[in-house]
Amino acid sequence: MTPPREPLFLARQTYRRRRVADAARLLPVIGAMLFLIPILAAGSGDGATTARGGIYVFVVWAGLIVVTATLSRPLSRRESEADADPKETRP
Amino acid sequence: MVGFNALVLVCVAYVAILFGVAFGADKRAREGLPGTAWLRGPWVYTLSLSIYCTAWTFYGAVGYAARSGLEFVTIYLGPTLVLVGWWWVLRKLVRIGRAQRITSIADLISSRYGKSNLLGVIVTLLAVVGTTPYIALQLQSVTLSFSVFAADRQEGFELLDLNATALWIAAGLALFTILFGTRNLDANERHHGVVTAIAVEAVVKLLALLAVGIFVVWGVAGGPTEIARTIDASPISDWQMNGGRWASLTFLSAAAFLTLPRMFQVLVVENVDERQLATASWAFPLYLFLMSLFVVPIAVVGLDILPKGSNPDLFVLTVPLHFDQDGLAMLSFLGGFSSATSMVIVAAIALSTMVSNHIVMPIWLSLRSDGASMSGDVRYLLLISRRLSIGGVLLLGYLYYRYSGGGAALAAIGLISFSGVAQVLPALVGGIFWRGASRNGAAAGLIAGFAIWAYCLFLPSFGPEGVISDQIMAHGPWGLEWLRPQALFGIEGMDPLVHALFWSMVVNTSLFFIFSLVSFPNPLERLQGAQFVNVFEHSGATRGWTRGRAQAEDLMIMAQRIMGGGEAQALFEAEALAQGKESYLPDTTPGFIERLERELAGSVGGATAHAMVGQIVGGASVSVEDLMAVADETQQMLEYSSQLEVQSEELSRTARQLGEANKKLTQLSIQKDAFLSQISHELRTPMTSIRAFSEILRDGGMDEAAARKYSSIIHDEALRLTRLLDDLLDLSVLEAGHVTLHPQPDNLSDVLDRAVAATTSVGEGAGIEIRRNPVHEDIDIFTDTDRLAQVFINLIANAAKYCDADTPRLKIFVTKRAERLHVDFIDNGSGIPPESQAVIFEKFSRLSDQAKAGGAGLGLAICREIMDKLGGKVAYLPGQGGAAFRVTLPKAPLAAG
Repeated sequence: MTPPREPLFLARQTYRRRRVADAARLLPVIGAMLFLIPILAAGSGDGATTARGGIYVFVVWAGLIVVTATLSRPLSRRESEADADPKETRP
Repeated sequence: MVGFNALVLVCVAYVAILFGVAFGADKRAREGLPGTAWLRGPWVYTLSLSIYCTAWTFYGAVGYAARSGLEFVTIYLGPTLVLVGWWWVLRKLVRIGRAQRITSIADLISSRYGKSNLLGVIVTLLAVVGTTPYIALQLQSVTLSFSVFAADRQEGFELLDLNATALWIAAGLALFTILFGTRNLDANERHHGVVTAIAVEAVVKLLALLAVGIFVVWGVAGGPTEIARTIDASPISDWQMNGGRWASLTFLSAAAFLTLPRMFQVLVVENVDERQLATASWAFPLYLFLMSLFVVPIAVVGLDILPKGSNPDLFVLTVPLHFDQDGLAMLSFLGGFSSATSMVIVAAIALSTMVSNHIVMPIWLSLRSDGASMSGDVRYLLLISRRLSIGGVLLLGYLYYRYSGGGAALAAIGLISFSGVAQVLPALVGGIFWRGASRNGAAAGLIAGFAIWAYCLFLPSFGPEGVISDQIMAHGPWGLEWLRPQALFGIEGMDPLVHALFWSMVVNTSLFFIFSLVSFPNPLERLQGAQFVNVFEHSGATRGWTRGRAQAEDLMIMAQRIMGGGEAQALFEAEALAQGKESYLPDTTPGFIERLERELAGSVGGATAHAMVGQIVGGASVSVEDLMAVADETQQMLEYSSQLEVQSEELSRTARQLGEANKKLTQLSIQKDAFLSQISHELRTPMTSIRAFSEILRDGGMDEAAARKYSSIIHDEALRLTRLLDDLLDLSVLEAGHVTLHPQPDNLSDVLDRAVAATTSVGEGAGIEIRRNPVHEDIDIFTDTDRLAQVFINLIANAAKYCDADTPRLKIFVTKRAERLHVDFIDNGSGIPPESQAVIFEKFSRLSDQAKAGGAGLGLAICREIMDKLGGKVAYLPGQGGAAFRVTLPKAPLAAG
């Protein structure tokens, strides 16, 4: 894959990073909702078994881990750049 | 079957390895050896978070699953959500923790709400009450796992005494924690040894559980499809979901993950880099994921295979033992052992820091009438109190284990303990996101939540024989039905845990908000509030102190007693250098006092540090400008004022340098004037006596004895003249730079020996007692040792001459720094007054009258010139309780020339 061309829009990089941060903020909310869905399912009848419920929980869990790992890379890069900012490192 | 002796042997060997790992990591990190970067890396950090998985989760998760199916997983889902949402809360907590040098969760709450020690005490008590049963639980699980191995061994030895085992384990843990947890006083510094050992334990417990799981799935059941069939056939096949418990437990575990003292310790206090958090945000959920992957399979296989009535909490051990997998059982035992020990160690460190900073230090401080500028070593006291607290915490845990009788009552304590510490959550989250949160609100919420938790959950956990009788449980205290501990306000049918959690959190949060809304915070509280909430906008220091009447020397004395001589002197020196001053004492600017307070807070906690500095600085600590700076939120204003601030800082630094230079010049010109009269005086006095006595001799007419006496006076005076001229010559040669050095290898100890011998033999130095430490002095140096000895002789002779103590004593300390060597000469006299410290190195400056001194006042000037030539320096070291001079030598060998 070729690296993306130089952005036309000057603040594009910053813009992208802010949206990544937004996604990182949203993620726990989505995770919490997904983890709470079984409560609704359990009320609806006797279809839920431990085996199927377990698979659901673990799949959601694995998905969250993968998405968090993907988001954490650009975010941690942003952290280190922020640290290089002289205003932030004043004693 | 594993022999009990073999088990003990493996256990001891494992502990020995952990000691070795901790010792090695500590040593490497302290000496800054290469290849220690990974100690600070994200992986060790992530693994250290695994102390969340205690023995309660290692053994108990399987038991939990065997009893209530999938519900166990909520204990891991909460922390997963917290870490997945690291960008919200954890990142802010870590940033605040570093900016404010937070030492514990109690310190965070206390610092946020105006460095209030009341809140520190409340949180500390809550943490101790909540954690003690949890430590007891760990002891119980380890002794239980021992008994699994011992139970099958009838022949050879008696069934072991469980209490004795628990006591031995507690003692061993105390020893480990004290050895590696109280190495450095600065609680904000990382405990590399402990953290690394815990990372190793994390790997062991993960491997152990995975190994048992893989064995169960592929070795016993015969693959994933088979295990699914076993699950469907097991008693827990139906997912009996209790929605309330599911949601509450997820919330509870998330809250506890943030507020448990031990979690706060590894998450925030031991964190050195925010990037560690980015990795941990997905790596630690992965760890939890792997830890819980095989829990249900192990539980169903255990239920299927083992006889009815066997303890499901021990399936992790008993299933491998059932199939005679001794190695696997041993590994699993070590996993459980690791989970228990790592939790106890970190919990003890965290609690001991809280107890000593928020309970012992304030009490001690208020008992002393002379306040913070006291005599005595605070470091020692702090270390002792921390060590005793560690012992005390473990002893409490052991006693709780002994007298609660173990058993099922203790097994339920895990969640009870979680909901106790979760009471800190409103004050914590409110404190970092809402500037309006106030001390009164936090205190009211904490106390109410704590009380409801104790009444509804903690006290009933002791059973009917405890504080809450059956009578009260059924009909409420004094027959008030609406006060029944498990059905407050008549709402019945809730699960007791959900009931207590619901009411305590609702009341806690409401009171927190209401009291925050109606109370008015004091200035310091508002400052701290702004600092915490806006930590990303301005992480600069709070200007908490106005320029007071603080004496730099008093501050230094206090700082040395808390941080230790080396660190305090380095801090003061660096600050003085930044201000453009060349001494060890910087000006006590508000910024400097703030920085100093923060450094101290790293050792003794925010509230205590504030109180101690306050005692020396005195007076109000928040100025109108500070409050305006906080109130004014316009970004441009802040930026503009910060630019102005930089400029004015620059200006005031230059002004300070100019002022100092000017003062020095004025003094020099006075000295130049004095020089002529001095030199003529110096020359004239001996000349006069020489002339007078030689006239007497010339006239003759005296006996032999008188003649000899007169000529010896003439000789002595001539010698004095020569010495004076020698000194002058020496100094002018040194100043002109025409001196030739003769560097040679030598031992510092030998040079000092020569200097001491030279001074004490003359007689004037005989009256002073010299204390040295030959071990520290044994350092090879390469420099002009004759010149160096000349400096030493001068300093020793000076001490002998001017030390005004009844029994004069001179201590000679040698300390090694990274690039330099310090030789300190400290006497026990009254020292040199601050106003004279700047001029003693000038020519002809003498502080006392000439008669006593008997020299021309050139000695220190020569010393300074020599040390300049040798690439080092000599300076006056204030705040040592007497006159003190520090000779600094570069470690690099001196080039010949």
